Amino acid sequence: MSDKPTQDGFFDDPKVVSWILRIFYLLCVLLVVADFVVHRHIYTELEKIPAFYALYGFVACVLLVFAASGLRKVLMRSEDYYEAPLNDKSDRQEQE
Amino acid sequence: MIWTTSLPPFVVFFAFALVAPLLKGKLKVLLLLAPLWGGLNLYMTHAEAGDISWQIGDMVLQLYHIDKLSLLFGYLFHIAAFIALIYSLHIKDNTQQVCGLLYAGSALGAVFAGDLLTVFMFWELLAITSAFLIWARRTPEAIRAANRYVVIQVLSGVLLLSGAIMLYQQTGSLKLEYLGLNGSASWLIFIALGIKCGFPFLHTWLTDAYPLATPTGTLYLSAFTTKVAIYLLARMFPGEPILIYIGAAMTCFPIFFAVIENDLRKVLAYSLINQLGFMVCGIGIGTALALNGAVAHAFNDVIFKGLLFMTMGAVLTRVGHVDGSHLGGLYKSMPRTTIFCLVGAASISAFPLFSGFVSKSMVMAALLEQDQIIVWLMLLFASAGVFHHAGIKIPFFAFFAHDSGLRPKEAPVNMQVAMGLAAILCIAIGVNPQWLYQLLPWDFDYTPYDLTHTLTQIQLLFFSALAFVWLNKQGLYPPELRSVNLDAEWFYRKLLPKSGRKVVAMASQMRDEGHQLKTSVIAQLGRRQKPVPTGTVTIITRRMAWVFIALMLLVVTSLIF
Repeated sequence: MSDKPTQDGFFDDPKVVSWILRIFYLLCVLLVVADFVVHRHIYTELEKIPAFYALYGFVACVLLVFAASGLRKVLMRSEDYYEAPLNDKSDRQEQE
Repeated sequence: MIWTTSLPPFVVFFAFALVAPLLKGKLKVLLLLAPLWGGLNLYMTHAEAGDISWQIGDMVLQLYHIDKLSLLFGYLFHIAAFIALIYSLHIKDNTQQVCGLLYAGSALGAVFAGDLLTVFMFWELLAITSAFLIWARRTPEAIRAANRYVVIQVLSGVLLLSGAIMLYQQTGSLKLEYLGLNGSASWLIFIALGIKCGFPFLHTWLTDAYPLATPTGTLYLSAFTTKVAIYLLARMFPGEPILIYIGAAMTCFPIFFAVIENDLRKVLAYSLINQLGFMVCGIGIGTALALNGAVAHAFNDVIFKGLLFMTMGAVLTRVGHVDGSHLGGLYKSMPRTTIFCLVGAASISAFPLFSGFVSKSMVMAALLEQDQIIVWLMLLFASAGVFHHAGIKIPFFAFFAHDSGLRPKEAPVNMQVAMGLAAILCIAIGVNPQWLYQLLPWDFDYTPYDLTHTLTQIQLLFFSALAFVWLNKQGLYPPELRSVNLDAEWFYRKLLPKSGRKVVAMASQMRDEGHQLKTSVIAQLGRRQKPVPTGTVTIITRRMAWVFIALMLLVVTSLIF
């Protein structure tokens, strides 16, 4: 990116972003509060845990990302792992 | 009368495919008549239509068989084709339009087929016509991926044919009806469907080829092949317990890959498998609620996954790539595409008032009814995960995140119309699910919008989002990197060629007169590794010819047993 255009977007303003996040955190708090106010139907024992869905969603995603980062160590290869790039570098020597 | 009862829907598409090359410029709009007229014709006449057969020798093929299940998929494919045709109107490449029409027609042929042999015919047509949508990208990578794709697709067809032949020899009937898993014939058919459905380890053709097709091609691909497989599973193997576990695995494993994948269309391909998992799981449970949930989710998935692929296709068209590492800030110059993408993201994540919510919840509710708690937890994990990678990652890295400095033009008008149409459908079905529910084949009673369910779903999604925010702020979120992530395709893209080369080398060493052979083999291998730098499509390479011969031998063996 040689010439970077001006930072003109709505979301470039840090104030806007922090306000959005504040509203988002507030909503999260309200959702947990609602869990104690509203009477949920319970189908399984697990759902009796307070704010079960909120906890599960958060923990699941954190574990997902950590596991995926770990997987990267095992699975990640360079882009030309299966075959050498075919587009530009046609003169490139084949290994073997 | 402009409506006719004796016209199988695929004929309309095939006829329009014939005239498509003749239409130039603005006249291409006329192609929209195929799904429009075909769909209306189906709607007006479905009550008395059907029962068209074709006699070959003493075989009678049922070309047009209608019931509520096939009708639902029939409507769906007309809608999908309509949207895809609008999306591709600006394209000057006739191959894509003709093959798109043929492909959609083949899918319609398969869902309205009344017997296995007809299914097989359209199954293979699906394979071949769709491959052209990948070849049409005309890059060496795409051509190679399409070659791999077509081999696997045809393998699936051959397994289906072998199974059908064995079944015919055992029962004397080819009728398409409940089969269930008993005996080798049904297993062959099951695996054939499993390949096209993206069962774990059989899924790699999907993540390999879909991200390499043309922008329009991927849209078509995401709509038809896998959904025909879902339809056939629902018809032949409903309530098969193994499907519950296969489905659960399909919902979970792709999300790990989706988190670390950089090519955003490949992320979507993984999340396509994840969504198929919900359907497969629903089919496995087999109750009316679960089966309805599965097919309703197939209906919604075609539209919202299509929408997401369309937005990424628009980015690809304007920017030239969809690598998350090199995108960002596009909302400034592509605001409408951004909004459409957000609608698609909300739908796939099953936000209340969006289409995914009203169908995914049916499968979840059915699991709870059956006390499948562990599978339910897996699917809940997958629901949170799909929001994480498809709901947040796709829009965030493409349109927001750090400013990449790219200022592409907004998508072409016809693309915007197609995306807008899909977005409206996503919201309309989410707000008024009765429109979809009344089309569902089995009788049931379900209301998605009760307080418990709405609240818990919002909690799940908001706290998944909170996890994303937290990880990003802590710098723990894995950065987008250009890379290849190993998947089951490693077996045939690395191990097989490598061991094949080794075996060839060993054999040629042992042979007495091997010297001559060896040099010729090595020379040939060398030639094969040099890609053909032209843009032409080499359909049958010699290697593929051998594969086809092997496949034919498989069919012949099934005749013997």
